This record gives sequence, structure tokens and C-alpha cells, in this order.
Amino acid sequence: MGILDVKDVGKRFGGLQALGNVNLSVAENSVHAIIGPNGAGKSTLLNCLVGKLVPDTGSVMFDGQSVLGRSPHEINQMGISRVFQTPEIFGDLTVMENMMIPVFAKRDGAFRMHAIENMMAERDIVETAEKMLVDMNMAEKRHMHAASMSRGDKRRLEIGMCLAQEPRLLLLDEPTAGMARADTNNTIDLLKQIKDERDITIAIIEHDMHVVFSLAERITVLAQGTPLVEDTPENIKGHPKVREAYLGEAA
Amino acid sequence: MLNLQKHDKTLMIIVAVLVLFAPFILNPFPTGSAMAQFNAGYPDLMQRFVIFGIFAVGFNILFGLTGYLSFGHAAFLGVGSYSAVWMFKLLSMNVIPAILLSVVISGLFALLIGFVSLRRSGIYFSILTLAFAQMSFNLAYSVLTPITNGETGLQLTLDDPRILGVSATADGGIPVTSLFGLEMRSTYEMIVGPWTFQFNAGYYLCGIILLAAFYLSLRIFRSPFGMMLRAVKSNQTRLNYTGLNPKPYTLAAFVISGMYAGLAGGLMASMDPLAGAERMQWTASGEVVLMTILGGAGTLIGPVLGAGFIKYFENIFSKINDSILHSWFSFLPDGIEDAVVFLIHPFIGKGWHLTLGILFMLVVIFLPGGLVEGGQRIKKWVSGGKNKADDKAPKTEPAE
Ligand SMILES: Nc1ncnc2c1ncn2[C@@H]1O[C@H](COP(=O)(O)OP(=O)(O)OP(=O)(O)O)[C@@H](O)[C@H]1O
Ligand SMILES: [Mg+2]
Repeated sequence: MGILDVKDVGKRFGGLQALGNVNLSVAENSVHAIIGPNGAGKSTLLNCLVGKLVPDTGSVMFDGQSVLGRSPHEINQMGISRVFQTPEIFGDLTVMENMMIPVFAKRDGAFRMHAIENMMAERDIVETAEKMLVDMNMAEKRHMHAASMSRGDKRRLEIGMCLAQEPRLLLLDEPTAGMARADTNNTIDLLKQIKDERDITIAIIEHDMHVVFSLAERITVLAQGTPLVEDTPENIKGHPKVREAYLGEAA
Repeated sequence: MLNLQKHDKTLMIIVAVLVLFAPFILNPFPTGSAMAQFNAGYPDLMQRFVIFGIFAVGFNILFGLTGYLSFGHAAFLGVGSYSAVWMFKLLSMNVIPAILLSVVISGLFALLIGFVSLRRSGIYFSILTLAFAQMSFNLAYSVLTPITNGETGLQLTLDDPRILGVSATADGGIPVTSLFGLEMRSTYEMIVGPWTFQFNAGYYLCGIILLAAFYLSLRIFRSPFGMMLRAVKSNQTRLNYTGLNPKPYTLAAFVISGMYAGLAGGLMASMDPLAGAERMQWTASGEVVLMTILGGAGTLIGPVLGAGFIKYFENIFSKINDSILHSWFSFLPDGIEDAVVFLIHPFIGKGWHLTLGILFMLVVIFLPGGLVEGGQRIKKWVSGGKNKADDKAPKTEPAE
């Protein structure tokens, strides 16, 4: 039993079987990569884990509790945070405010009416958010509008916002897509650091094999909505089925 | 004292000065002079300025912060007015209970309408609010006649069963609204040379309530709740996946802005104790949208400016007629005078809507941030030369 257990999950879009019988178990405090060609159903699988989609069949258990039928914010409050394929941040807000919101969510839950208090007078929130910005190496950008930052910085901020909630499971959907080499390497370092410093489980979808092989402890290969194999990085590299379905085209 | 940052304190002081000295500021021209018709410093109009200011400040908490555009806020204004008039009829001519009831009832009404309408966002939300408001208007106009007195409108009569007070005054008239004995209509006139300044009790009550309402909106803007509302506008997906539920936040904003509208409606009835269904019509809902956008949606002071601007136009431009125009342009040769008057004619009197419409379009196209953006541009332009050095320092730009 892992912290996340996906059993027989299927999802159909009209005539397209996007996911068919996916079984997957992510062990606590591990880094688990999900790879596969375009359209394999990786993002769809992630959407089924966070409440954006409801699978047609199967079950998804997080830490012994089903996530199915819960709304995204409830699933997040259970301890699952997600980084999107294109960064989802609060573009109209400052970087500091972006970081304060997850800290509020962590402290106050899904809703709290604090309409009169001064936001900056909440010392504990401000301090935690500031510390997180320092950790993310973005302290000097705190007053910037989040929308005006580079894509790499937006991604960094989004990861930081997810971490600020101290999730138990962090889901990343192609965190380095469209990034320059230097940014990609920074992201790898950042994720390694997170993994070393925290009790956190990471599930990562990635196309970049360099990223996958530097981080992952287990890899699941998904093709046409079904897992082909699940194994350690060493074994995946040499696996004939994987070469045929995936690495063959990429190499 | 007010627990505000320096910038907000300045803003608060500006609004306070504008409100308290309005009888002077709005009466710059001596009585009887040719320009006197541009004076707006009479009680009735000043009351309208601040009451619609309150309405727009509240509307801005919903629209400016969350981006949800309600097209039905006049319904809450109307409900507020009806509630207040009923309080005058049944309980007392004191305005305090009337105003309290308007706020409570419109809040409940907003909770109901908001709960249903907020199931959708964007244009569908706007349409739902519009539908609800039109429904309320039609109900008030016909089905609910026992409560609203239909077409005639709800008014005080000589046989109202006023529990705390009299049905009719000693001389057989209908009692007037008051604040613990201070009549709302009582006005003190100050005559300084050729000027007459009017200080009206009702206006000052509304003005002080506007200051309180503005202060509350300032606090909301700077609060964690206000930040969450801005986050709703910015990215609901991220909010959801950050473990926050946008629904109760938007509903709370909707109810608060509905209560502001109810407060405005209650004050309207307190100044002049009658309520009619036309107060709930969609044009009235549209007007507050215009005020907010014209002044600057999402800014603090914008809605107050927008409300003042539109009410000024409505009342001053609509009064200019052809004979006034002729007197202005009488120095021109006859033929040219007639031509000029002919050209200006469509924009004045009943045509003030045309002028306002054109101004509104110009503002939206050239100043998307409304009058506040215009003010900021002028400020930047004036201080452009000397402030260059400061510009390098990183600074935050809080909403005006
Ligand atoms: N909401 C949707 N409605 C209909 N079809 C969808 C939807 N979402 C995904 N699909 C389809 O399901 C299949 C799997 O898509 P998915 O986005 O999960 O692939 P992916 O593995 O994430 O691919 P990529 O590597 O390109 O991100 C694709 O064929 C896609 O077109
Ligand atoms: Mg994808």
C-alpha cells in the first residue's frame, strides 16, 4: 500500500478511451515518474487524482481515503498539491500575495471571513510567506506582479506556492516543459532539495528524460491509457517494450 | 487611529473633506449669476451624490474585487427602500430602525439571489442577476401590490399605525423623518456675500454614513478577505487547487455589496419617504455599473467619483435648455447663434444621456482605469520632471 493507490481507473471522452484500467501505487516519500508519449493520458490521470475529472471506473485512494466525489479544494486540503502543465498563478497579484494565499489556506482552511483585519498585520502568515520566497530564491521579486515574470520564475513560484502548504503529495505536470536548459537544471536542483529536506512524496509527469533519470526512484510508462511497465530507472532504460513504445521515438 | 497605512489615510481624509465641505465645494458660483445653474450644492442633489456613492462603493466590492458583474443590484436598493418605508409606517419616523431593517432585509435577499446566481460565472451570472432583478421589479409592480402598493409606489398616509409615534401631526400633516428629533429636511442657510450655502441634516447623516461605508470598504480591500476576492478574479483554478473554496468568498462579497445597496435604498427613503418599483428597474442596475466603471472599477475612490460625476450630469446637464443656450451665445450673430444652438441641442436637456454615453465611451476607450486613471496620469504628467530619481526605487502601487 502506497500513499496513493490508483485501482482500475478508466476514463472515456466520447469515443476515446483516454484511460483504461490504470493501476498505480506511489510509495510514501518516493519520487515516482510517469512517462509516455503525447496523448498517452498522463494529464488525464493527474486530473482524476485532484478532482478535476471523475473517472468512469475504478478507485483512487490517498492515505487510505477515497478522493473520488470530492471537489478540488477538499482534495487539496487532504494534502495533495498540484503544479500545472502551464503555470497557474494569480497573475494580477504580487509575488508576495501569491505566496501568502496558500499560507492562509494552510492555516485557515477552505474559507474564513477575515474582512477587517489588515492582511500585512498577520505576522505569522507574512513571515512564513517571506521565508518561502527566500527558499525559492525570489525574495527580491516580492513586489512584482506575478504575471510580469518569466515562465521559469512563474513555475518556480507555483512550486513554492504548492510547497508552502506543506503537502504530503506533490503532483507535477511537466514542470520543465518549454524551459531553457539552465532553468531546467535549476528546477531539478530545486526538486532534489525539496525531496531531501522534506517528508514529501512527489509524482512527476515529464518528457525530458534527463529530468526523469535525475530524480525518479520508480517510473511508470503509460501508453494509450494503460501502464506498460513500472520499474526502477535502470531497468526502464533497458526495457524492450519501453524502447519500442516510447524511448524508441524519442531517441 | 483608524489603523490605516499612510496612503489610505490620505485617501480617507480626501473623501472626508469632500463630503464635509461639499456645500461649499459644490456651490462655487454666486446665487443669481449666470453660472449659478452649474451649482450642485443643494440638499436634494448632495444627498443623491452620497447615496449613490454608497451604492457604487458597495457594488465595487463585488465587481471591482471579484470581477463578477451583477446586473441586478438595483433590486437590493429597491428592497432597502420598501423596508425603510414600512418601518416608517409601522414603527417610528426615526431613520435608524428603518436603515437597519433595509440593510438586514436586502442582505437576506442578496443571500438568496447570490446563492442561486453564483452557481454560474461570467455572462451567465450577469444574466441570472438581471433576470432576478427584473422578476423583482415585476413582482413589486403587480403581484406584491399589498406590500409595494404597485404602480403608485409605497407612501406614508395619514392613517399609518405608527407604534412609536403619531399617525398624523397636530396640524393634520404626515410626520417627517428624523434622527431622534432632528428632522432630516431641516436646513441651515449660510449667506456669505452673494453666495448661499445650505447645510442639510439629512445630507450630513448620509455623508457620515458614506464615510463609514468607505472606511469599511477600505478595510475590506486591505484584508485577507479582500485579497482572496482579488484571487477569485485572477485565477479560480489556482484558488481551487490551493484548497480554497471560491464560492463562499464570492457569496460573502455579493451579500456585502447587496447590503450596501440596501443601505443606499434605506437612506433614499429616509430622505424622502416613498419607494417605487422603478427603483429596481434594469436601467437603475446599469447605472451603478456605469458609475463604477467610469470612476475606476477596483479602485477605492473611483466609484465615489463616478457616482458624483453621473449624478451631476443627470441633474445639471438635463436642466440646460435652448433658451439658456441662446442667452449664452447671444453675442454671436443671429444666424450663427441659431446654428450653434441647433448643434448643441441634442446633447442637453433630455439629451444628457447622449453626452454621458459619449463620455463613457471615451473613458472606456482611452482611460480603461476610469477617472482614477485619468487623475493618476495627470499627477504623473505634472510631477514628471522632478520625480525621475524616485522612479528607480522599487515601489508597490496599491489601488487608489
Ligand atoms: N477534456 C477532454 N475532452 C476530450 N478529450 C480529452 C480531454 N482531455 C484529454 N483528452 C484526450 O485524451 C487523450 C489523453 O490526453 P492527455 O492530455 O491526458 O495526454 P498527455 O499524456 O498528458 O499528453 P501530453 O504529453 O501531450 O501532455 C488525448 O487524446 C486528448 O486529446
Ligand atoms: Mg499532458
